Amino acid sequence: MIQVKNLKKSFGKNEVLKDINVTVKNQEVVVVIGPSGSGKSTFLRCINMLETITGGHVLIEGIDLTDKNTDINKVRTEVGMVFQQFNLFPHKKVIDNIMLAPMKVRNIPKEKARAKGLELLRKVGLEEKADAFPDSLSGGQKQRVAIARALAMEPKIMLFDEPTSALDPEMVGEVLEVMKDLAKEGMTMVVVTHEMGFAKEVGDRVIFMDGGLIVEENVPVELFDHPKEERTKAFLSKVL
Amino acid sequence: MDFRWDILVEYAPFFLKGTILTIGLSIASILIGTILGLLVGLGKIMKNKLLAWPFTIYITFFRGTPLLVQILLIHFAVVPLFLDKTNPILAAILTLSLNAAAYIAEIFRAGIQSIDRGQMEAARSLGLNHVQAMRFIILPQAFKRMIPPLGNEFIVLIKESSLAALIAAPELMYWGRAMQGQYFRVWEPYIAAAVIYLVLTLSLSFLLNLLERRLATE
Repeated sequence: MIQVKNLKKSFGKNEVLKDINVTVKNQEVVVVIGPSGSGKSTFLRCINMLETITGGHVLIEGIDLTDKNTDINKVRTEVGMVFQQFNLFPHKKVIDNIMLAPMKVRNIPKEKARAKGLELLRKVGLEEKADAFPDSLSGGQKQRVAIARALAMEPKIMLFDEPTSALDPEMVGEVLEVMKDLAKEGMTMVVVTHEMGFAKEVGDRVIFMDGGLIVEENVPVELFDHPKEERTKAFLSKVL
Repeated sequence: MDFRWDILVEYAPFFLKGTILTIGLSIASILIGTILGLLVGLGKIMKNKLLAWPFTIYITFFRGTPLLVQILLIHFAVVPLFLDKTNPILAAILTLSLNAAAYIAEIFRAGIQSIDRGQMEAARSLGLNHVQAMRFIILPQAFKRMIPPLGNEFIVLIKESSLAALIAAPELMYWGRAMQGQYFRVWEPYIAAAVIYLVLTLSLSFLLNLLERRLATE
């Protein structure tokens, strides 16, 4: 479970998140939409402390990330993250990208980590690419490897930061398919995306953010078909 | 102009001894300078400006003053503080290492900072701590980018080790000067020394090219 309480984040004088309150229940899929600069990526990055939090609290499974005594590395092993730019490690083969964290952080023996890595690659349909270097993969393949890499730590929560925004249109589908499978398996997910179709189909709840605030949140059908706020209506009229 | 091969033959054993010492000085200084340079470079990029400050001063001093001044200072002033008698080989290695470390620190800093921020974020998001992320993700990638500038620095270091002749460390250039003093000839000793330095620097370039190709991930 993720609890975000009165979250504030500023970059210098620029206040990016003004007062965010969200609770994500276990096995829930929450989709965050909004115009660029609305703070949605920053919000996501605060959930695993890739940004230092200016004010408020973020709790993962009841553990407060803003507490100085919290071992942030341990919490991060429970929270997988997928980036817009994939951020695969280019100097390591696909399988080594996946095996690294389980071996170094969880001290899992090499053979076991490799077996698990191959299993995850099979799951995302890329078993034959195990010994390839990331640079030889297409964007969609890279992102699927990135998802497998995050899953190798067996996280309880997965965060997706615009996972399909850097992809060619014909590769968006293969990544969304993997994400849909994850959602079906009951993974708790927070997804920042511009894919409204995905939000409608997979999301349990959609949050619309603008100007560092949550403007409106609701189940997808309600939010997309009967938005209450003018700002939401204006945004949806442009993207739908 | 007649070229006296006979005195070259006579000095060949000395040139050989000198070359071995030049190689020794260079390898020792490259190793010490690289390790020290990594530490200084990491020190300089620390977020705490107060802690980073001494490293910046270090780099400023060793980059901003002539190597000849440093070598004389260390040989005649610094080493005698710690040993009864100064030692030219020790002073040469010390100076070359300290000097190279300043340049290598900047090469490390540039290399590390050239790696995309997303690499560190991805590593941290997987639960690796800062040291692990540096060791397994950032440094290996930075190192590959640092090979060409490091190669330059190592070549400069080999050549600058010739300054050790001035504090009577019996390396290659020392024997060149000795030969000139004995026979009042300039072409033979200095051309011979130049050719040997060229062979050393070319061999190093060759090795670094090989290393760079082996680390390619395409």
